[in-house]
Amino acid sequence: MARRIRKTILGKKLGMSQMFDESGTWVPVTLIEAGPCTVLQVKSVDSDGYDAIQVGFDVTHKDTGKPMEGHFAKVGAPAQRYVREIPPIDGQEVEPGQAIDLSLFEGVKQVDVQGTSKGKGFAGTVKRWNHSIGPKSHGSKSKRSIGSTGMMQDPGRVIKGKKMPGQMGSDKVKVRNLKVIQADAEKNLLIVRGAVPGATGCYLTVEESL
Amino acid sequence: MARAIEDFESAQESKEHDFEIGDTVDVYVRIVEGEKERVQIFNGTVIARKKAGQRSAFTVRRIVAGEGVERTFPFHSPWIEKVDVKRRGRVRRAKLYYLRDRVGKATRVREKVINRKSD
Repeated sequence: MARRIRKTILGKKLGMSQMFDESGTWVPVTLIEAGPCTVLQVKSVDSDGYDAIQVGFDVTHKDTGKPMEGHFAKVGAPAQRYVREIPPIDGQEVEPGQAIDLSLFEGVKQVDVQGTSKGKGFAGTVKRWNHSIGPKSHGSKSKRSIGSTGMMQDPGRVIKGKKMPGQMGSDKVKVRNLKVIQADAEKNLLIVRGAVPGATGCYLTVEESL
Repeated sequence: MARAIEDFESAQESKEHDFEIGDTVDVYVRIVEGEKERVQIFNGTVIARKKAGQRSAFTVRRIVAGEGVERTFPFHSPWIEKVDVKRRGRVRRAKLYYLRDRVGKATRVREKVINRKSD
């Protein structure tokens, strides 16, 4: 069975809001500015070993550096901030310079959204792994401490994968099966039910759910 | 970016109900009972109104069998069919929470008498 190629588009999180759905229930929604993406390069098995479309999103006046400048100039596109590869579109040939917009997502009921989660910095185990806190008073020395990291002489080392403090957030996170409420190609506005990773204004990759 | 959210929210401020704080109103609420749908009327005094765009809400208070009952309705909810004003109230506060501490006759709100001259 041939693998189904999922429709993909780049976007930006505009923020969250609420609305009444068709049954009158108050639901949380996220607004995403999705597309239009400019095709910068079409990769094929012959030339690159795999099929893909490289697209750019979010036009900027900022200096993107000489190598990227040339890359954009090649297709006559303005400089763009978010450049990613997406899978080829089923049954549609694309040319460099062409725009891909939300009309691609017509009839799509559910989407997966991938983004970079909000950074929480160097976090302790209580926040990062939901460990319990120790007693707060009576001379307690283990208020939010990590606790024991293992046994003594045997095995004499900390077991791999032990949950410890460290960087939390700023991860690549994907939320699956978000219901599409609206996909307006004219306004480039995609509205999904529920939350998506990252802060307002962060870049997202939206793909059709399996 | 914030513009998109504003536009989205203001587009949902679909309803217009004409009532003020202190008014005695009938709120027609659609409710689903099993398969059937019917309209229920909640009668009472409007004691508060939260103005927050599409998230606006209003609180209606009434006395049922000697016990105060308050219901807060989302202003733009599709479940609200209409709001009928039965009696205009004359009040000097935006929130009539003081009615909660009162019982019996003291819970009444003075009626607003519309001046014919100014009409």
